[in-house]
Amino acid sequence: MTLTLNTTLILPEIIMLTMACVILVLDAYLPKNLKNLTYQLTQGTLIATAILIFATYPEKSELAMNGMFVNDVMSTILKLFILLIVFLAFLYSRQYLQDRKLLKGEYLVLGLFATLGMMIMVSANSLLTIYLGLELLSLSLYTMVAINRDSQQASEAAMKYFVLGALASGMLLYGMSIIYGVTGTLDLNAIAQAISQTTEHKTILVFGLVFIVIGLAFKLGAVPFHVWIPDVYQGAPTAVTLFIASAPKIAAFAMLIRLLADGMQSLHGDWQNILILLSILSMAIGNIIAIAQTNIKRMLAYSTIAHVGYLLLGILTGTKDGYAASMFYVLVYTLMTVGGFGMILLLSRAGFEAERLEDFKGLNQRNPWYAAVMLILMLSMAGIPPMLGFWAKWAVLAQVVQAGLVWLAIIAVIFAIIGVFYYLRVIKLMYFDDAEDLTPITANTDMKIALSANAILILMLGLMPSGLISLCLGALGVN
Amino acid sequence: MIKFTFYLFSLVLIFAASRVITVKNPVHAALFLVLTFFSSAAIWLLLQAEFLAMVLILVYVGAVMVLFLFVLMMLNINFDTLREGFVRHLPLAIFVGLVILAEMVLVVGAWDHAMPTEVAAGSNTAALGSILYTEYVYPFEIAAAILLVAMIAAIALTMRPHTRAKYQKPEQQVKVRREDRLRIIKMDAETKD
Repeated sequence: MTLTLNTTLILPEIIMLTMACVILVLDAYLPKNLKNLTYQLTQGTLIATAILIFATYPEKSELAMNGMFVNDVMSTILKLFILLIVFLAFLYSRQYLQDRKLLKGEYLVLGLFATLGMMIMVSANSLLTIYLGLELLSLSLYTMVAINRDSQQASEAAMKYFVLGALASGMLLYGMSIIYGVTGTLDLNAIAQAISQTTEHKTILVFGLVFIVIGLAFKLGAVPFHVWIPDVYQGAPTAVTLFIASAPKIAAFAMLIRLLADGMQSLHGDWQNILILLSILSMAIGNIIAIAQTNIKRMLAYSTIAHVGYLLLGILTGTKDGYAASMFYVLVYTLMTVGGFGMILLLSRAGFEAERLEDFKGLNQRNPWYAAVMLILMLSMAGIPPMLGFWAKWAVLAQVVQAGLVWLAIIAVIFAIIGVFYYLRVIKLMYFDDAEDLTPITANTDMKIALSANAILILMLGLMPSGLISLCLGALGVN
Repeated sequence: MIKFTFYLFSLVLIFAASRVITVKNPVHAALFLVLTFFSSAAIWLLLQAEFLAMVLILVYVGAVMVLFLFVLMMLNINFDTLREGFVRHLPLAIFVGLVILAEMVLVVGAWDHAMPTEVAAGSNTAALGSILYTEYVYPFEIAAAILLVAMIAAIALTMRPHTRAKYQKPEQQVKVRREDRLRIIKMDAETKD
């Protein structure tokens, strides 16, 4: 038996796991006055891992761990983005968690384990590693939602998340076992080969595929498997909502690509129809119900559901250009979401949660700069040029038209226009209403800089989007 | 000799398994279940499946059944209420039992009875170990990380280092002085309006 472990390729994952364990033990023995060190070490680990990933930038797809791990350009870019987003998520939520006495070592360590789970999913080349990475991510997230034990709302949200997440995992696992039963292998490349060569057992394969897609839709939060998203987003502490809403979506995108595109491209005709249905429903329900929300966390939750609908548009075309467009969309989406929830964290302070839409009233009078930051974020989420969000919508819609589904593109545009309403309402509240709460906005310098940079990045990339787009095209091997 | 051992353990197994569902006391039922597990572990040993036998004893007898016993002893369940409605549910129970019996007959009937006569040489514990730590080392390590996360989660969500319970401290109560409890204030006499 020949083993091809190629341990150097999984060095980033090894460093991440080791550091998570080191921080876990160290935090238990640190004296009270050095507790800041845990936070600094966590952020340092994220930076060090990112540098390592950058240093091992692959020219082409390389396998490791007996073909269970794949290191390609797509996984490298997605991992770098995951690390960036998690870094920003910790940075934005530090003050918020400190005010609520939640910035414990366990929280940061669980965040690192969740990040490790995402990295494993992004680089998975076998059904086994996809599933294990997903469970590592999900278990960490359930705990993070429940970390504020005294909050009844958070416990309820964690319970809902846990039960529905376990159900989704079961669905996914059931589908995977059927696929394994038919093809006799867990390796995604071998599965793709087996499916393309065989014509028998087609019904059983599609049966397994349906279960896998349902599991994926649960995890992504696509309608009709979306019911947990608003409750969990609202119930969880805002810092955790920020974490759940951002980086895991990148991992979920990678899971979609690995399973549907890498593993079951030959069944494209079958999964395309399911994805079209999920996509239309998500865009409709997400955009329409978001209008009725008064809680901004809940509004952003429905906005996420709508964004998932647009994300699926690129994937369902089944072409490499389509996947690249979706990848661009998910990266843009996470950049916007991390900023949007960052603004909620900025306006919250000890004993006060800025989670109602009214809390944004007259933000321009209180602080014109942060109002401008929120303006950029909202315009970008709505997809108004020249913000980055416009190019993301443009990219997926162009691919849908290219694939000959013009009617689908028209539906998507109609719902995008409906969606603009609730983003514009936030802007109206900020600029045209009088402030009721005149407490000055205070934040750490690092958060001020990062949040401003986040918004400026969205504006600048919106003016010059070609770099990021070609990066995504290159990641999927399109020239 | 092997035949004799097999029949001995099988008899014990069938006896214990039937006692699990017939004894009145649930703690006894749990103990009979332990005996069932032991007997089936012994039969597995006869089949040279020593890894399965060990896991059955370590995991089921050592952990799961002990947990069961703890739960049975700690929760004061009223078993009389659980037994109510036995006759009422009997037709349904018989129906479900017959369906399961029919399914088992179908499965066993379709099964090729040939027993593996030659078992591969060497211990299957070693074989499992060598494949787990080489070919499947990556998923194995991820599973280890998942277990660690479960442990962190359980501790983070349940441990309360600063308890809010209030204790009486008799040694301090005895030593209390008048000055600690009583404060004498001088104030002007108040007039009625």
